[in-house]
Amino acid sequence: MPTFETFHMPDAGEGLTEADVVTWRVAVGDRVEVNQPLLEIETAKSLVELPCPVDGVVSELLAAEGETVDVGAPIARFDVDPDGVAPVDDAPVAQDAVVAEAVAEPVVAAPAPAAPAAAAPPAPAASSPAQEGSGAVLVGYGVKAGSAQRRPRRDGALDPIGGVEDASEYPVLAKPPVRKLARELGVDLTTVTPSGPGGLVTREDVEQASQARSARSLATYAADDQPWLESGYSKDGGRSTRVPVRSVRKRTAEAMVKSAFTAPHVTVFHTADVTETMNLVARLKADREFADVRVTPLLIVAKALLLAVRRHPEINASWDDEAQEIVYKHFVNLGIAASTPRGLLVPNIKDAHRLPLKELAVELGELTRLARDNRTPPAALGGGTISITNVGPLGIDTGTPILNPGESAILAFGAIREQPWVHEGEIKIRWVTQLALSFDHRLVDGELGARVLADVGRVMSDPAQGLVWG
Amino acid sequence: MEAHGPHSDDDLVRLLTHTGERVSRPDFDRYAEDLDAATLRAMWHDMSLTRAFDLEATSLQRQGELGLWVQSLGQEAAQIGSGYAMNGTDFVFPSYREHGVAYTRGVDLPEILRIFRGLQHGAWDPEAHRFHLYTLVIGAHSLHATGYAMAMDRDGLVGTGDPEHDGAVVCYFGDGATSQGDVNEAMVFAAVNNAPIVFFVQNNQFAISEPVTRQSRVPLAQRGAGFGIPFVRVDGNDVLACYAVTRWALERARSGGGPVLIEAFTYRMGAHTTSDDPTRYRSRADEDFWAERDPIARLDAYLTSLGELGDDAREAVAVEAKELGRRTRETVRSWERPAMTRMFEHVYAEPHATVEAERAWFERYERSFADQGVHA
Repeated sequence: MPTFETFHMPDAGEGLTEADVVTWRVAVGDRVEVNQPLLEIETAKSLVELPCPVDGVVSELLAAEGETVDVGAPIARFDVDPDGVAPVDDAPVAQDAVVAEAVAEPVVAAPAPAAPAAAAPPAPAASSPAQEGSGAVLVGYGVKAGSAQRRPRRDGALDPIGGVEDASEYPVLAKPPVRKLARELGVDLTTVTPSGPGGLVTREDVEQASQARSARSLATYAADDQPWLESGYSKDGGRSTRVPVRSVRKRTAEAMVKSAFTAPHVTVFHTADVTETMNLVARLKADREFADVRVTPLLIVAKALLLAVRRHPEINASWDDEAQEIVYKHFVNLGIAASTPRGLLVPNIKDAHRLPLKELAVELGELTRLARDNRTPPAALGGGTISITNVGPLGIDTGTPILNPGESAILAFGAIREQPWVHEGEIKIRWVTQLALSFDHRLVDGELGARVLADVGRVMSDPAQGLVWG
Repeated sequence: MEAHGPHSDDDLVRLLTHTGERVSRPDFDRYAEDLDAATLRAMWHDMSLTRAFDLEATSLQRQGELGLWVQSLGQEAAQIGSGYAMNGTDFVFPSYREHGVAYTRGVDLPEILRIFRGLQHGAWDPEAHRFHLYTLVIGAHSLHATGYAMAMDRDGLVGTGDPEHDGAVVCYFGDGATSQGDVNEAMVFAAVNNAPIVFFVQNNQFAISEPVTRQSRVPLAQRGAGFGIPFVRVDGNDVLACYAVTRWALERARSGGGPVLIEAFTYRMGAHTTSDDPTRYRSRADEDFWAERDPIARLDAYLTSLGELGDDAREAVAVEAKELGRRTRETVRSWERPAMTRMFEHVYAEPHATVEAERAWFERYERSFADQGVHA
């Protein structure tokens, strides 16, 4: 007989209340073992890999990648006795079990009526309703959903000393994140019909109230009412899809607005013959010492920018508006804009100025690999001092990049094309690229920006110059 | 990781290099002479099982079974080595990461997890194991340990010359604790009272995220000089050396020679706790450097070079480790919540009127619920 166990989102730190599901390492139907990697989550503190709690078969994944899940909510179900007979699952998990209120409505493992008790190992501590009623979190301060439940009192047995207030004293019961959501969506909580236990207003209640309140489009196109994107919902009679702005998209938007409207941007451009860089890349690729690292033109442009910063350290600075000071950094944390499954991220290589070319290549490869696998650690995203955006691979010649907040320059590296070029007095076919440098004109004057960009171009055109400046 | 200087790994008492070669230290060799192959294999076994337990506990925390876990990963040599140097007359005051020491004191490892599942403040009988409860307040127990050592002296349990009778205290703490007032006070008292105590600092180089280089200008061991306490710096990833220096220090303390400060220079290979992300404050290069200095691999290499360790022994320990993991998991998941009234026990050694009144009120309060029995 199949026996199901539910895995709830644990508190992987101390007192965390929610986590984002980043990547599932298993799929429904997979046979799994205790402690094999199950999924990766991102908490407010770090990227954490969660090991599988049971031996068995994955029967359901209850949270999608990218979804933010409350601690204590069910995220996966396992059949821990998959070789049993007559698979009957007559108590399917409610569809709303994955949303915020799931702790208060614990998913009941679905034993078929005749399931022998011995076949089911004891469920995790957080799966008994009675226990959750008093807060299943054992250490820390993360008690959340369960604390809203009240244990039933015996009639007339109420002790006068220090009794617990009756829940009905409160006009509206809702947890702080739900109250915040209501504020953001402009929903008056007193008008919402609660669906949670004990009259608790849930996140879904607020979202539904918000949607019901919105005006419908006058247009009556007989359109698809399926949302355009999986993470969105269809609106306006199928005329639009709305996707809540959250996570990386939200942070990107905030960062770009902040940057664009605080730092006056200036962009300078430079076209360079990078044939020698291409030759160097080819030579390094053939070099045994570089056999196990990826050598790309981006590596050389990164090194060129580091050399330019070395000659003009004033570019590696930031504007501290509060203190009315310019902060010159003694180190270079080199950011590389990366398109990841989560969205645009600018992870940076710490202390890049100290790295010899090969180590720089290793770090660059690692950064790219982590970004592509959606595993960029949060630590890599903070503390950048100057950045590169590599628009070339998309076939784009150049652009006017917006500064990463807290930095005062960003270099756009365009496509490298074979083009006619005057070389040593003759028209030759050469490898040519465009470089663009945006900088914060509050602290970087045009001359400084121009010199930095010219230096980058100089090294790209003649990498041997790096010997002179390195 | 500094190549040289006050917090580097040169100038340590070391009997095994990190590749497992035996090197001579005339001043300490004789304290490791009694370690025969069987004992070394037992140490290797205990280090391996401690690590297996530690990894299982980490998984259990990630699965929501524990509120928190504090890894001892990488510190097995310091803990097992010093633990082996003790006998039944000694008394240990651990901080909260001393799972390997607990094992050498006969504590059943899964029992430790009662604390980290939030069921109990202490999970073993300190008197039976001569191993005090874990103290989570940094350095606070150093004063208790010093007081206990002073009392042993006053009770005539030190310096009689009878090895069955004489004992001493070992107090464990980390590099961060040496910056605490309590630890400094404890050393003042220990020194002026000539207390039979060994302060065993596991310098794992990080006080959570604060590197030891930001806590002291001199090697931590040297702080002993200011208090008049003899000190020694030992390679904390060398189980032989840790055993030898602890044995030397304990023999000295038991015989009435007074306190010793040992700095075991090691590396916390894991996070501070499961709430911590060490990638934010230390480099992969450092982690790689220390991975090559893994204490278990070092002893493994030494025993292998002696022809005293083979794949059959490794497989047997792997099986035992897996079984310990399984037993740990099942034990943890089987624990019931303890009665809430247990919190009133052990507040005072003897009955106390106020505590009794509070307990009675609390029991009445619990009875007022319809679903009584859940908590009581």
